Amino acid sequence: MSFPWAEHYTPKHPLMKWMDEKLPLPRFVYNAVGGGYEVPRNLNYFWNFGVLAGLALTVQLVTGIILAMHYAANGAVAFDSVEHIMRDVNSGWLLRYAHANGASFFFIVVYIHIFRGLFFGSYKAPREMVWLLGIVIFLLMMATAFMGYVLPWGQMSFWGAQVITGLFAAIPVVGEPIQTWLLGGFAPGNAALNRFFSLHYLLPFVIAGVIILHIWALHIPGSSNPTGVEVKGPQDTVPFHPYYTAKDGFGVGVFFLIFALAVFFAPNAMGHPDNYIPANPMSTPAHIVPEWYFWPFYAILRAFTMDLTIPFTGIVLVPAKLLGVLAMFASILLLFFLPWIDTSPVRSGTYRPLFKKFFILLIVDVLILGYCGGAPAEEPWVMISQLAAAYYFAHFLIILPIIASFERPDPLPGSITEAVLAKSKHKTGETVAIAAE
Amino acid sequence: MVRFLGALVGLFFAGMLLLSFLWGAVAYVSAPPAETVEHAFHEHPKKVAWSFNGPLGHYDRAQLQRGFQVYTEVCSACHSLHQVAFRSLGDLGYSEAEVKAIAKARQVPDVDPKTGEAATRPGIPADKFPLVYPNDVAARAANNNAIPPDLSLMAKARHDGANYIYSLLTGYQSQPAELLKKFPDAKTGEGLHYNPYFANLNLAMAPPLSAEGQVTYGEGQPKPTVDQMAQDVSAFLMWTAEPKMEARKSTGVAVIVFLLIATVLAYMSYQNIWANKEH
Repeated sequence: MSFPWAEHYTPKHPLMKWMDEKLPLPRFVYNAVGGGYEVPRNLNYFWNFGVLAGLALTVQLVTGIILAMHYAANGAVAFDSVEHIMRDVNSGWLLRYAHANGASFFFIVVYIHIFRGLFFGSYKAPREMVWLLGIVIFLLMMATAFMGYVLPWGQMSFWGAQVITGLFAAIPVVGEPIQTWLLGGFAPGNAALNRFFSLHYLLPFVIAGVIILHIWALHIPGSSNPTGVEVKGPQDTVPFHPYYTAKDGFGVGVFFLIFALAVFFAPNAMGHPDNYIPANPMSTPAHIVPEWYFWPFYAILRAFTMDLTIPFTGIVLVPAKLLGVLAMFASILLLFFLPWIDTSPVRSGTYRPLFKKFFILLIVDVLILGYCGGAPAEEPWVMISQLAAAYYFAHFLIILPIIASFERPDPLPGSITEAVLAKSKHKTGETVAIAAE
Repeated sequence: MVRFLGALVGLFFAGMLLLSFLWGAVAYVSAPPAETVEHAFHEHPKKVAWSFNGPLGHYDRAQLQRGFQVYTEVCSACHSLHQVAFRSLGDLGYSEAEVKAIAKARQVPDVDPKTGEAATRPGIPADKFPLVYPNDVAARAANNNAIPPDLSLMAKARHDGANYIYSLLTGYQSQPAELLKKFPDAKTGEGLHYNPYFANLNLAMAPPLSAEGQVTYGEGQPKPTVDQMAQDVSAFLMWTAEPKMEARKSTGVAVIVFLLIATVLAYMSYQNIWANKEH
C-alpha cells in the first residue's frame, strides 16, 4: 500500500503502544495522512483541491447539522423557519449563509479538482478506480445540492423540484408514474419536502463514505503528479506530513479567505432573488434556473430542440425533451468511460501539445455552456448552447480517442527528481544571467 | 469497443445538436424573433449611494426611522411585514417604551381567553407585524384582483433590491408615445399603471408616494420630497430584509483580518518546511 522507503509507525509512549495493539487507529492515520504516506515532491497548487473538497464537505456537515436543529421540513412553515434562523437564531445568518455559499464553494473546488484530473490524466491506469469513485461522489453531490436547494421552499425551490423531477416524466410510458413516485404526489408538496430533507441529511454521510474509498483507492498506487511520470525512488517523494500538511495549511487559509469574502460581503450573489419569495404553486417564475453549478448541464438539457423522427413520415422516435434528458445524463456518465476512451500512454497534458489545445477549448466550452444555462431559453443562447454542447460530446467521445492515436507527445523527463532539478536549474540560471547583466 | 460505441453516441448527440442548430438558425434568419415591449422599454434600477453600500457600510438609523414612518403611514395600508417582530425595531434606535407603544398601536390576532373565540388584542414587542388581509382572497378582493406582496424580504427578492424599490417608487410615468407607436397593443390596461422598472411595465399598485409632504418628518430631518421618502422607505425595507447586515459586515472584517494573519503564518511555515527541498 505504500512505498518501501516510507517511514514506519513506531509508538513511543506506553499508552500509544497499548493503543496500537488494541486498535491501531493512530497507525492508520499516520499511514494515511501522516509521515507514513509518501507523496511526489513536485505537486503544484492544483493538488491542494482534494483536501479543500474534504474541508468544504466538513463545513457543510457542521453548518448543516446545526441548521437542521432549527429548520422545519413542512411546506406550511419551512420558508418561515429559514427566516427564523436568519433573524432569531444566534448567528443563524452566519450558519445559513455559510451553508448556502459553502455548497457553491464545494462545487468550485470540486470542478477545479475534476479539471485537474482531466488535464494531468489522473484518471489513467493505475488510478481508474480513484476516478470512478470521484464521479460517484460528484453525482451524489449533485443530488444532495439539488435537494438542499428545495428545502428553503422558495419559488426556485418549488419550481426547481418541479422541473428536475419532471425530467423523469420524459421517459416513455413509465415516466409520469416515476415522477409522481419520486415526489410522493402530483406536484412538489409536503411529501416531497420531507423526503428531500431526509435524503439531504443522509447523502452527505454517503459522500463521506465514498470519499474514504476514494482516498483508499488513491493510496494503493499513490498520488499522481504534474509530470505524470511514476515515482521511481525515495528521492522522488516526501512524507505527507509535514510537507503537504504545511502546504495544505496555506491552501486552506486562502480558501477560507475567499469563502469569507463571499459569506460576509456578498452572501446572496450566487443565489437567485426568487428564492426569497415563498413557494407558490399558482405562479410560475419567468425564468426557472437551477443553481449556477448546474448551468452547463441545464444548457445541454435545453439544447435539444428537435425530435428524432423518421424523415418524411413524421413518426417521432425520440421526442426532443427525452433526447435532452438522455444527453444531460450522458454528459456526466461518459466520464465513467474516460480511462478507456483516452488511450494515450502519456498522462500529463503538459507533454501533449495537441491535447493541451483541445483541453483549453473544453474549458472555454464548458464556461460558455454555463453562461447559456443561466440565460433565458431565448435566441441566441439556444443556438450557442447547441454548438457548445456538440463540442462537449465531440471532445470526449470523438476527439480524445483520435488525438490519442496520432499525437506525438513531447519528451518526458526521466524522473520526478530530474524534472524538479531541471526546473530549479533553469530558475537559478535565469537569476545568474540577470545578475551578470 | 468502448471507444467505438462512445464515438457512435458522440456522433449521434453532436449530429442532433448540429441539426437543431441549423434548423434554429434558419428559423432565426428567416423569421427573426420580434422584439418584445418589455425588452425594449424595461429599465434597470437607478443607483443610489446608500449608507449601507460597500463592505463597511452601515444603516443610517435616522433614515430607517423615517422609512419606518413612511411604511406605517403609506405602505402598511396594503402591505404586510410579517417576518418582522416589533422587538427588532429596537435596532432602529427606538427605546423599549417606544417599541411597546408601536406594538400596542396595532391589533394582533389572538384567542379570547374567556370564550376561546378568535379575537384581537393590542400587540406586544414579542409579536410580529400582523397580516393586513386575513387571506389572499380578501387581498385580491380589496385590490382590484392583485395581491399586495409581503414586504419583509422584498429588498432581497428582487435583483438589486433597494435600488429597485426606490426606482419603482419614483418611476411612475405616463406611457411614452414612442412605445404606443411601436407597440400599439401594449397600451396600459384599465386599473394598471405604467412603470418602466416593473418587469412587465404595468403594475396594479397606484403611485403610493405622490406629493411632497405626504408624510410629516420630525424636526431636523430632511424635507419629505417624494424622492426622499422613496429612499427612506427603500432603506427601511433593506433593513427588514437583512436586519443582521451590520453584524455580518463587522464580523466579516474581523474574520478577514484573522485569516490574513493565519494565512501569512501558514505560508511562512510552508516555506520554512520546504526550504531545503526543491520542488
